[in-house]
Amino acid sequence: MHLMFHLSDISKSYGPLFAVAHTTLDIPAGRTTALIGPSGCGKSTLLRLMNGLIAPDTGSVTFDGEAVTAANASSLRRRMGYVIQQGGLFPHMTARQNISVMARHTGWTAADTESRLQVLADLTRFPLDALARYPAELSGGQRQRVSLMRALMLDPDALLLDEPLGALDPMVRFDLQTELADIFKTLGKTVVLVTHDLFEAAHFASDIVLLRDGAVEQRASMDVLLSAPASTFVKKFVGAQRGLNGARGLNGEPGL
Amino acid sequence: MKYLSRLPALLLTVLLAVPFTAMHTLPAAAQDITVGSKKFTESVILGEIIKFTMTGNDIETAHRRDLGGTRILWSALLKGDIDIYPEYTGTLRQELLKGTDTHTLPLLRAALAKQGIRMSAPLGFNNTYAIGVTKETAARYGLATISDLRRHADFSLGFSNEFLDRGDGWPALRTTYRLPQQNVRGLDHDLAYRGLESGAIDGIDVYTTDAEIAYYDLFLLQDDRNHFPVYDAVILYRADLAERVPGAAATLTRLEGTIDAARMSAMNGAVKLDKKSESTVAAAFVTDRLKIAATPSDSGFVARLWKSTRDHLVLVIISLGAAILFAVPLGILAARHDRVGQCILAVVGIIQTIPSLALFVFMIPLLGIGGPPAIVALFLYSLLPIVRNTHAGLRGIDSGIVESAAAIGLEPGASLRIVELPLAMRSIMAGIKTSAVINVGTATLGALIGAGGYGQPILTGIRLDDTALILEGAIPAAVLALAVQGVFELAERAVVPRGLRLKSNG
Repeated sequence: MHLMFHLSDISKSYGPLFAVAHTTLDIPAGRTTALIGPSGCGKSTLLRLMNGLIAPDTGSVTFDGEAVTAANASSLRRRMGYVIQQGGLFPHMTARQNISVMARHTGWTAADTESRLQVLADLTRFPLDALARYPAELSGGQRQRVSLMRALMLDPDALLLDEPLGALDPMVRFDLQTELADIFKTLGKTVVLVTHDLFEAAHFASDIVLLRDGAVEQRASMDVLLSAPASTFVKKFVGAQRGLNGARGLNGEPGL
Repeated sequence: MKYLSRLPALLLTVLLAVPFTAMHTLPAAAQDITVGSKKFTESVILGEIIKFTMTGNDIETAHRRDLGGTRILWSALLKGDIDIYPEYTGTLRQELLKGTDTHTLPLLRAALAKQGIRMSAPLGFNNTYAIGVTKETAARYGLATISDLRRHADFSLGFSNEFLDRGDGWPALRTTYRLPQQNVRGLDHDLAYRGLESGAIDGIDVYTTDAEIAYYDLFLLQDDRNHFPVYDAVILYRADLAERVPGAAATLTRLEGTIDAARMSAMNGAVKLDKKSESTVAAAFVTDRLKIAATPSDSGFVARLWKSTRDHLVLVIISLGAAILFAVPLGILAARHDRVGQCILAVVGIIQTIPSLALFVFMIPLLGIGGPPAIVALFLYSLLPIVRNTHAGLRGIDSGIVESAAAIGLEPGASLRIVELPLAMRSIMAGIKTSAVINVGTATLGALIGAGGYGQPILTGIRLDDTALILEGAIPAAVLALAVQGVFELAERAVVPRGLRLKSNG
């Protein structure tokens, strides 16, 4: 199996608190892996360790066989798209400028940039005339589409998403979940998704990594987490999520 | 995005190009000699007299008038920014050479010579304290000397507050002469003259060359016990003047002993009360007394305004332009490195607390008088608002945005240029605007150290109690402050990205 990320015995602490504690984690290429867990379990920190936004205290991170270091992080990140909860769009640039900022920075021709923009707008079903708008003029869902387009602009090998739908209202969120899952399927890229919502995780990935206090508690599919929880913590976490979402029968998961 | 990085650079190029061009178009200093004078009328008149005497003897001379106080003139003389200025022996003994034995003229000359300074013989008047009464009072009671006051215990005396407090003022005077008067009050100097005229007060303290002495026709009681220190007017000049400009020192001797107290007082009156210019009064003196032809050099309103404006703009544009070039990178550094940032903010904060006049005066030993020290002082004052706003603007950016910039693969420098600086631009421009307005205002103080500008008419106006002249500096200064604000308002529109001026719709 081709590994896109290999995290080996990495730790990261903030003061006395371990965000990630001696964790080893492999992310396979070409499919979606979801990192899930309660607040403070280290899932966002893991994501930032993967693209070198944070340097680990111990251990190492490799991306597609190459060690991620401070020196090569900027260039490696161009091969990893990144989307955060609020989109992280640059408010002083239009949607078009936001999406194409790295293309311009790396010297693409205007024609190449424009044709890529068309492809992405088509993929994310983003109206072309809205490309001239500033982030403040876009809806929350549109902003996340722009953010996704920006992440995909350089056609990266991997896509890292940190609660990409976390700030959206439920209706928009539901629609986008379905769309994003389709897009990921179409692209066939390595996707690492951080979420606190078990059912969102299940919607995107059959490979779910449940984290607790900076360490992997159980890595399995949704079915296994439900039927064979590795610990009482997993059982409680799954149970709590069912309590929150069960009544809605979210995504038609059977038996929920 | 290119316009974002180019525009500030363009703006700065223009800002910097203007003053340098302006400096080159300024008339070169062709003068052999520069005379200085303090910011009071008598000193300015004497400065003009010296200038006319020199030019009458074919020595090209410039007069830098209305420089600040004694310290500024003395430092400028030592530094060589001026060659000559009128001073008083009392000031030399009590202030400048305090602690040195200078009680005779030869000793005083020797002490000055050690500093490379020479001194003329006294000009003929002693500008010290005196007790003045009306001529009527003097005649009626037969008063000639201060000792005569002992016979009139019921006299009421009105003294300036400074005179009541000074070591050589009323307390010491009373002891020296054993004066019996009980009815002594402190009051404003101008009011004292009026009280004397109305008969409410019998005697007041005056400076022996006050213009009002002639105006109110006062009689000065003789200091028969030599109580008051002598403040003989003399001319100080640099020892190197003799070799640099042959004949200059000899020319100065022509002024020795030519001005008595009555004459000086009359000249002060001609300026302060009759509103003649110092130049006119000085020209009349040298023509009449020294038989030297002199033309008063009074410039018209437009010429004066143009010169003040040009001087002021040079001060503001160079100091502010340099401050922007220096403070923005400093602010960036402060925002990027916590500990360094604390130091930078502390240092520029401390600079801001130094009183402006003190900072101007500190600069003189290093940079002399005139534009350069004023520009450096204004530059230092302009730093804090820009540094602080740059720092705050960068630190205030949403962390998700800065993280996204790094996450999409922008290097730190590119992130700063493409994302962070444009986002901080509004705050940076606000800092620059604040600095600009403070700068325009503070630059008026530059006149105290000979930098010219709108402070010049303000200073002279205050000295002559001439409101029109004060407004001649104050109004353009206010207009310039507004104009500078307006220019940066426009610049802000160009450099603050449009997306930042939109309201979020959620």
